[in-house]
Formats: sequence, C-alpha cells, structure tokens
Amino acid sequence: MKKGLSLSYVARNLVARKLTTILTAAGMALVVFVFATVLMMAEGLRHTLGGTGSYNNVVVIRQGSQTEVQSTLTREQARLIETLPGLATGAHGEPRISREMLVLVNLPRKNSTSLANVIVRGTTPTGLEMRPQARIVQGRAFRAGSSEIVVGSGMARGSFGLRVGDRIAFGLRQWNVVGVFDAGGSGFDSEIWGDGEQLMQAFRRQAYSSLIVGLRDSGSFEALAEAVARQPQLKVDIKRETQFYADQSENLANFIGVLGKTITIVFSIGAIIGAMITMYASVANRTREIGTLRALGFRRGNIVWAFLQEAMLLGLAAGLSGLVAAAFMQLVEISTTNLQTFSEVVFSLILTPQIALDVLLFSVFMGVLGGALPAFRASRLEIVDALRSV
Amino acid sequence: MQAVYVLRLARKNLWRHRLRSLLTIAGIAVAIVSFGLLRTVVDSWYAGASLSSAARLITRSEASLSFPLPVTHAARIRRVAGVAAVSWANWFGGVYIDDKHFFAQYAVDADSYLELYPEFVLPPEQRSAFQRDRRGVIAGRKLARKNHWQIGDTIALKGTVYPGNWSFMLRGIYDGADSKVDENQFLLHWDYVNETMRALLPSLADGVGVFVVNIHDPSQAAEVSAAIDSTFRNSLAETRTETQKAFQLGFISMVDTILLAIQTVAYVVVLIIMAVMANTMSMAARERTREYATLKALGFGHGFVSMVILGESMTMSLVGGVLGIALTFPVAQAFFSATRDLFLVFQVEPLTVLLQLGSALLIGLCSAIAPVVNSRRLVIVDGLRAVA
Repeated sequence: MKKGLSLSYVARNLVARKLTTILTAAGMALVVFVFATVLMMAEGLRHTLGGTGSYNNVVVIRQGSQTEVQSTLTREQARLIETLPGLATGAHGEPRISREMLVLVNLPRKNSTSLANVIVRGTTPTGLEMRPQARIVQGRAFRAGSSEIVVGSGMARGSFGLRVGDRIAFGLRQWNVVGVFDAGGSGFDSEIWGDGEQLMQAFRRQAYSSLIVGLRDSGSFEALAEAVARQPQLKVDIKRETQFYADQSENLANFIGVLGKTITIVFSIGAIIGAMITMYASVANRTREIGTLRALGFRRGNIVWAFLQEAMLLGLAAGLSGLVAAAFMQLVEISTTNLQTFSEVVFSLILTPQIALDVLLFSVFMGVLGGALPAFRASRLEIVDALRSV
Repeated sequence: MQAVYVLRLARKNLWRHRLRSLLTIAGIAVAIVSFGLLRTVVDSWYAGASLSSAARLITRSEASLSFPLPVTHAARIRRVAGVAAVSWANWFGGVYIDDKHFFAQYAVDADSYLELYPEFVLPPEQRSAFQRDRRGVIAGRKLARKNHWQIGDTIALKGTVYPGNWSFMLRGIYDGADSKVDENQFLLHWDYVNETMRALLPSLADGVGVFVVNIHDPSQAAEVSAAIDSTFRNSLAETRTETQKAFQLGFISMVDTILLAIQTVAYVVVLIIMAVMANTMSMAARERTREYATLKALGFGHGFVSMVILGESMTMSLVGGVLGIALTFPVAQAFFSATRDLFLVFQVEPLTVLLQLGSALLIGLCSAIAPVVNSRRLVIVDGLRAVA
C-alpha cells in the first residue's frame, strides 16, 4: 500500500459535511483576510513612497535634518553644490538642479473637522522635467511667476477632493488650482506643487528646503558623495531620490506590520481551535471507517496523512476564499499621516504574488496545526476496537 | 421547573464531548480577551487627550505646526483679556544615540513654562538649578529611569530641526502629580537654542512652535481663543488657538485611519469565533438528531428541544465570555507594562466589559440558530432513522 488514500477520498470527506466545513473555513478565511489586508497595507505604503522619484536624481538636504520640511539650504550652499562634479547638464550647459521649497499646509479633510498636514512643494520648470513620471492629467501645469498650483491625483480623489478651478488660501494668498497631475501612484500624488519663488515670497522664506540634482549617469553618485565629503563646510546630506522617500515609509510600514502580525497570531488561535474541533469530529464520526481502512491494509501513516491532507485542504480552501475577499481591498485608498514626516500620505493596498503565497502557506499551516492532534489520534485506534465502535 | 430540567440536560450534553466543549470555551475566551484588548488600545489612545487641563489653550501658526510664530507674540497674547499667563515651547526633535531611543523633547521658556504645568512636580532646588543653567534640562521620572540617567549626567543629542551636536546637563527629574501625567518628557532651555541659532542659522532664531496660554476662566476658552486669533488676523503670522484637548485630539485624528482599522478588526474577531462556535453547535445537534426525535416522540414540544439547544450554546458562550472578561484585566495590565511608553493610561472601560458580555451573548445566540431551525423542521420518523 505505497500510494495511500486518494485525494478524492479526502476531498469527499470535506464535502460530506458541508455546514461544518463552511463554518470552519469561514472562521479561518476571516483570519486570512485580516492577515492579507495588513500585509497589503504595509506593501502599498512601501510601494507608494519607495516608487517616488527617480534613481538618477539626488536629494540634498541640510545635515542632520531628516525630512525636506525640516531642512533649510541657503543660496550660497545651493551655488556651491552646482559646482560639484558628477552632475548632469541641460540643453544649454546649465546644471540640472531644482531648488525647492517645501511647507506643510493645513487642509481640511472632507466629511471631518480634522485638519491634515499637506506638503506644498515649490518647484521649478527643471524640477518638473526631472520628474517625468508626474504627468498632467487634467487642466494644465502652473505658470512660473503666478499664484497657480497643481495638485496630485491623491489630493484630487478621496478625502480632499480638490478640483481644477478650486481656490485654496495659504500664506496670505489665494492659490488657483489649474491642473491635476498623476505621478503613477507615488508619494508625489499626495502633494501640491507650485512655483518655488512665488511660494518663498508668500511665506517670507529666504532659504530653500532641498535641492534636487540630476546625476550625469547612475554611476556618478559616488563621485558626488565623495566631493560632498571633501567639503565639510557644505553641511549637507545627500541621498538618491528613490532611497530618500523609501526611508520615509519604513517606520509606518513596520508599525502596521508588527501590529497586524500580532493581531493575526492571536486571531489564528481561534481559527486553529475551530479547525481542531472540526477535525476531531471528523475522526470521531469515522471511527469504524478508519478501522475498516486499517483492516484493508492501510497503514497508520496513511491514516495520519489522509487526515492531515484533509486539514490542509480545509486550510487551502479558507486561504483562497480569504484571499479573494482581500483582493477586493485593493480598491481601498487610505489617507493618513506619516508621523515620520508629519505629512499626509495617500496610498492604496497592493496584493503581490509574494503576499498571496505567504498568506496561503499560513492558512495551510493553520490547518496542519489544527489537524495534527486529531490525525494522530485516528492513527492510534486499534483495529478491533474501531470496528466494534458504534 | 422546566427550566431546571433544560439546564440539567444542557449541562449533561455539554459534558459529553469534554474536549470539544473545552476547546470551544477556550476559543471564545481568547476572542473575548482580544476584543477587549483592542478596544482598550483605541480608548487609551484617546484617553491621553481627555486628561489635559481645560484652562489651557494652545496657540500655533494658522498655516500649520511646521511654521514658527515670532516670539514677540507672547507679549501681545498676554494683553488679551482673560489670559492669565503665557509660555512657549518648540519641538526640539534631537536624536539620542539613534532613532530607536526616541523621546519627546521641548525647548521651553524656563521661567514661565513650569508655572503653567503644576502637574510636573519638581523639588525647588532642582527647579532653580535648571533655571540657572542654560544647558540644564529636566526629564520625566520614567524617561530618566529608562535611560539610567542621574542628576548631573551629560546628555548628548544630535539636532534635526536645530542642526549640530548638542550637549545638555540633567538638572532635575520631575514626577507626575498623579499617574496620568506624562513622565516621558524632556525639557530644555529655549533661550539656549535660540542664542545658538542666532549665531549659526538666523533664519531659525526667534521662532516659537506653540504658545501655551493659561486663562482665568475655563468656560471662556472659546471667547479667549477667538480674541487671540483676531489679534493676529491678516498679519504675517496668523494664529490658530484651541484648547489643549482639541489640539491633542488633532494629533490623534492624524492616525484615526489606523484606529478605525483596529476597531473594525476587533469586531472581526467576534465573527471568527462565531463561526467556530456555530460549527460546534451544529455538529453537536447533528449527532443528537435521534435524541431530539426521541424527545419529540415522547411528547416534548419544539420549544423544549429549542431550549435545550439554546441552553447548551448559551452556557458555553457565557462561560467562555466570563472567563475572557476575567482574563482581560491581567492581560491588559501585562500589555501596559510591556508598552509602558506608548500609553499614559491603560484602563479597561466599563463599556468594553459590557460589549464583551454582549458579544458573548450574541455568539451563543447566533450559533444556536441553525440547529434550532433544523430541529424544528425535523420529522420524528426521519430523525429516529438518522445516522450521525
């Protein structure tokens, strides 16, 4: 009897007791759903901020300041940075540099009295060129030297609902929304962009917040880093743009991950107990059947494996249905404050193949944990006693 | 009389599958504990804000907290009718050792700040030592204990908002007036930071993050707030004044999406265990189809059989529920000790206990529905013939 019991025998046992199977699987599926949602949330946040900017741009901020909002760079510092090696040049031989000014502005959320801190980025035409992923999808770009702004698609949707033609007041001025841009679901979609010099005037700022510099090629980052290190009087920190934003998502993503995993583990206890109850009952109901199988020559190992398979199948079914439900969560968009930067970030939940695999394995594992003890009990039944039982 | 029979029968039925019943009760207890704990986490998050003094207002920049207000506002706020005292504080945001050793640091006006926070209890000699030494700082009891600081220690911070390497001298350790005062704060001299910045980065000098305003009459909070804001209307630095409670609730609302998620998840756990329990009951009822048919054949009505089923499920869910409620308190205590810095208070609210009990009842009730319906539909002859 090398082959053991066939899979169809195992599967039919689950189908035979529909209500029990459905209830147990429903409990497990809910756990799977929570687990998958949490992983998708952390992944969505990482994807949003990690996909912000380009690899060949470098963010320059004041030494020690961790975010662009905290940073200040003087005009002298900016001039010095332009002379550094490794920088790309534009069509007219000028370095590709965007001097940017960021402020946090309180905007009300729709359907709520609470205020969110939204990033308003004062940028330059070069700055727009350096972020080709941000495309205007509605209206037009802001004109330099005017009180015009464009809003990211995250600000246009959901809890803010800004539209072309809206007027927003900040910095003692009214700003006209003239366009909506889409930056492919990246962190820029949670920002508002306007003309840097105008914003600096409005907010009476003398200093820039950050400098975005283009690299000549992806390898010249090291040369630039070395040059910065040789001039300690510059007092700046540099990071590749993609890395800069990816680092800003780490704390919140980790927090969501840890919180979610703790909750999932506690919940899974309930689901494992459910699977255990079901599998014990499955063994108890079939005592005579097991005795018959053993009398026919099936070994203890075959019986254990059959019941384990049944539990795993139960877990798999639960995992699949939980996953299908979680897949719909991809339609949900979350708007919350990233406490690391103190600013609003809008992101969607993302289901990756890796998450799907992890979640299914977890679900099958729950099934195995629930089925192990009952399967073991089934295999220990003595043939004669089992056949005699009612 | 009949009730006693029903209960006795239910108890006997419960005891027939000891393992299954115990597992189910354990499952319900786990679910009720996690439900209570999740609710308490959300409650405690909000609780921090409700503890703040009603007579204290916070004035900050209208645009957002990241804009400093000129320190000269202090004198003008003091002149507003109804204002008793004014002080100010800046978020310092220095890094101690590394990011993992985070704690809140405020650069405060040393002369006036402690007057406004009588709940920070500090021996007079430590207080004057702090006020005399520009590099002096005071820290909360919990914070000092966590980092093993003694009075007289030098504490080095790496500036983020205010660049540079800073070194401070611990001059005092404050205790909270009661257990609800945050003992994790770190207060340093605003003057010291300001003078350093004036020499180094003039653009950051003379700025104030928030003004703390004490008012004579807490019931006048709204009027005084409006009066302060109108003083600065249409100036370069407009203000937004609100009670300290509203200010803190504003912080909490930043993460309210996450709080909402936790709350939703708390109800999901009830659903999970409902499925588990419903399964147990339906299994038990299926095995006893013949017994129910026998009872009916003997002349007991639908009602009696239903009561037996309901009695069994309610007993199980209530035992599990009460066990869970009893366990919630020690578990919450352990959770609080494990995350001591995260919450100021961590108390299981009476409403939470009530909801836990309600959930247990609901679980018991819902899981009996399918078996009760089935037993009503049961035709005696079929039931007697049934094989489990």
